[in-house]
Amino acid sequence: MACISPDGKPTESGTKMLRALQAGLGSPEEIARDTGLPLFRVRSGLRELTQAGLAKQRDDKYELSEKGAELIK
Amino acid sequence: MEEIKEQMGHMPRIGEPAPAFEAVTTHGKLKLEDFKGGWLILFSHPADFTPVCTTEFIAFTEIHPELQKRGVELLGLSVDSVSSHIAWARNVEEKTKVKIPFPIIADLNKEVSLAYGMIHPGQSKTETVRCVFIIDPNQIIRTILYYPLTTGRNMDEILRIIDALQTTDKNAVATPANWRPGDKVVVPPPNTQEMAEERLKQGYECTDWYLCKKKL
Repeated sequence: MACISPDGKPTESGTKMLRALQAGLGSPEEIARDTGLPLFRVRSGLRELTQAGLAKQRDDKYELSEKGAELIK
Repeated sequence: MEEIKEQMGHMPRIGEPAPAFEAVTTHGKLKLEDFKGGWLILFSHPADFTPVCTTEFIAFTEIHPELQKRGVELLGLSVDSVSSHIAWARNVEEKTKVKIPFPIIADLNKEVSLAYGMIHPGQSKTETVRCVFIIDPNQIIRTILYYPLTTGRNMDEILRIIDALQTTDKNAVATPANWRPGDKVVVPPPNTQEMAEERLKQGYECTDWYLCKKKL
């Protein structure tokens, strides 16, 4: 997992993406621009964060889940 | 014969959609579709911790900034494990100060290698040969290069092909032999006699009606 460590905590890039989602709904392209991460990393990272319940997908955009918001408080 | 066919897998062709995959990499689990909208160079190497491959990874890292300027991502592949890739990348960095910035697929079950015809049993039944697949933003294969195990790839040529493909797409032209950015490009040949006659009046540098060049 690139965005979630084996202990369940987000990695540095995972945290960057979660922080970018704090501003609200964001597309992978917007998150890539905000974080400076390559788009392919953001797309795969958002998939992981969603599977881990830290982010939620709404159409083509993503937002923080309650669990994700709690984690980066 | 059947056994060899099985070992070779599918042989993709230029102009076909790139075979989809989901693979474990040094940057996590990646799908081909994660690269959609940008150019991708998917390349295979025979094995980690081998001399020619090490020189190639250093060379790919050197052209990485130039590729990024052109909107191109790199994705390596071999049938080694992700732990082996990580150990090798760390070793390369420790010994040469070169940090490999792109992901490498750990294709232990050879799923991607077989889908892309990267195993050539005449060279090796267990390792991938040196393949390069240039995949466009629509995920269509635009170029395929195969090099034998003993010959390291030429990065200038890979960059030149990217420049040529992007120039072709942008300007609807072709590029002549040994073309470099800034050189004249080839105007597509006319399809009708009328177009052939008109072509000669259009101010291009024409050797004959079917070979005309222009400056971009």
